[in-house]
Amino acid sequence: MSGDIIGIWIGAILTLGIFSFLYKDNPFYKFSEALFVGISAGYWFVVTFWQYFVPKFWDNLSLSFHELVANGRIDYHWIYLVGGFFGVLMLLRLVPKIGWLSRWSLAFIVGTTAGLQFTRYLESNGIRQVVGTIKPLVVGGNLGTSIGNIIIVVGTFTGLIYFFFSKEHKGAFGGAARVGVWFLMINFGAMFGYTVMSRMSLLIGRMDYLFSDWLKLIK
Amino acid sequence: MLNRIDKSIPLYFSAAVSVLIFFIFVSLAVGVEKTPDPVNESSAQIQIPPAPPTNVVAQDIPNDKGGAITISWDKSADDGGGAKNVTKYEILKSTQKDAGYKVIGNTTAGATFFSDNTAPNGVPYFYKIRALSPAGSSESLPSAPAFAKRQWFDLSRLSLFILSLIIGFAIFYFIEKAKSDKGLFIRKIAGLEAVDDAVGRATEMGRKIIFVPGIMDMDSMQTIAGITILGRVAKLAAEYEAKLEVPVCTSLVMVTAREVVKEAYLNAGRPDSYNDNMVYYVTNDQFAYAAALDGLFLRERPAAVFLQGQFYAESLLLAETANSVGAIQIAGTAMPTQLPFFVAACDYTLIGEELFAASAYLSKDPKLLGSLKGQDVGKFIFLLVILIGVVLLTLNSVLGLNLPDLKVLFQGI
Repeated sequence: MSGDIIGIWIGAILTLGIFSFLYKDNPFYKFSEALFVGISAGYWFVVTFWQYFVPKFWDNLSLSFHELVANGRIDYHWIYLVGGFFGVLMLLRLVPKIGWLSRWSLAFIVGTTAGLQFTRYLESNGIRQVVGTIKPLVVGGNLGTSIGNIIIVVGTFTGLIYFFFSKEHKGAFGGAARVGVWFLMINFGAMFGYTVMSRMSLLIGRMDYLFSDWLKLIK
Repeated sequence: MLNRIDKSIPLYFSAAVSVLIFFIFVSLAVGVEKTPDPVNESSAQIQIPPAPPTNVVAQDIPNDKGGAITISWDKSADDGGGAKNVTKYEILKSTQKDAGYKVIGNTTAGATFFSDNTAPNGVPYFYKIRALSPAGSSESLPSAPAFAKRQWFDLSRLSLFILSLIIGFAIFYFIEKAKSDKGLFIRKIAGLEAVDDAVGRATEMGRKIIFVPGIMDMDSMQTIAGITILGRVAKLAAEYEAKLEVPVCTSLVMVTAREVVKEAYLNAGRPDSYNDNMVYYVTNDQFAYAAALDGLFLRERPAAVFLQGQFYAESLLLAETANSVGAIQIAGTAMPTQLPFFVAACDYTLIGEELFAASAYLSKDPKLLGSLKGQDVGKFIFLLVILIGVVLLTLNSVLGLNLPDLKVLFQGI
């Protein structure tokens, strides 16, 4: 029995173990779950080490060190020491007395994330939506486009009104917000069907593995 | 007579041979003028190269970090068909106007521009465009010199900068206002009103509260928003002495969540009730994490489940399983594809920006309330621009006017 066949059998048995959850929680599921979690945690540790620590930190600092020794030049790769410094601060959590220093790293991460994402969100969630919504409500000789434009403009306008938090939703404002909620729900309905189909493709992938790769019932 | 002829034969013969040799030599050397025939005449025409491209303009690419020059030209007159049809253009570059040109790239026929991304800043370059066809090639006149330069400001994003300034100013203004005016209004958000009920329910039933802050790391705004809500939930749990459990899928989220929960217990006056094991790492893998949580839901049968953050395909797996054990669920995400599942399977759902507004709503902190009000100013500006823009375009369409299109305000973004 080759390694491939053993792998397929293990994969199929574990797949069935996870599927057994559909019946109820059981030892077979618990075993599969524990194995899945344990292996994936170990796998991600290795991935993190080789995809982040080695190329981002170790390789860059090695380059800098080499440049310093060979040419006496201080290049920009030394900037990665800043990341390393914050990483060390995180590890200080293991020392209870000075564990609070790890908050500096957290503050740096949260602060830079908020700052960097501000313009990104403003651009993608704000300006691009506005640009995409500025359309003529009436397009001469093209009823379909006119109806489409009206739906986009009214939907975006009222949807945006729903997300006003500092004004009470009552009167005309509240009416517009309710229309916005209707648009949101119709959108969710359409999205639900669309996403279910993509989940079905995941299921089909597993079924294909069981019936084709394992049982060879599908050629 | 015969004798004279006989004597003259070698002379005529040698003269004829000489003439023949001369003609052969001349024919070989320069070719013999022949009567033109149609086939040879057309092959002679194919050898004429295509018309050269014209109007070559090289200039620095604006609003960039330098190192690049864009070159544009008018197509060859023979680009588009015919025997001399251009098949491609080659771009030549030199630091001198009349010599030293080297090919730096090529484009297909029909193209009229090329970006040279190998131009060091401040070095003037001349460019020529060479049109190639099966019949040969021809070069344009050189462009005027151009050099790449770095710009400090990307002016194409000026409108984004101005908008950021306006919103930023509005946020600071309303933060100051919120500090003095304690009654800054925030509309009711049903999902957040239910947080107290969910924690109270867990306390009464003696079961756990499980808080899931999504599957992304701390570089996601949704995770940060979810962690902020965790702070409020943890404080309530501490006050009610309910049991809280926070399984996470990245190490940074674990560290941050521990800090937040610890602080919440401290603020609630119950630091002794906190222990690090309340927040624990499971795995980074999406579906292994989902499998672990599903098992946890079934075994622990929590009274309340909070799903707050960025979720993907695991959203319905989690929501359905928690629903099956009868937990009250409050979900919140800004992922459009996952919101329908939460709306369908959870008791309350924070939709999109409600997730980000939650921290202000729950804490009533003047800074956060002012920030929320400032963001509403930004939304009002968007509404105004949409309204005016739509009216102008509709008038243009209906009345045939030529009013400005407001989309130009955001050109380049």
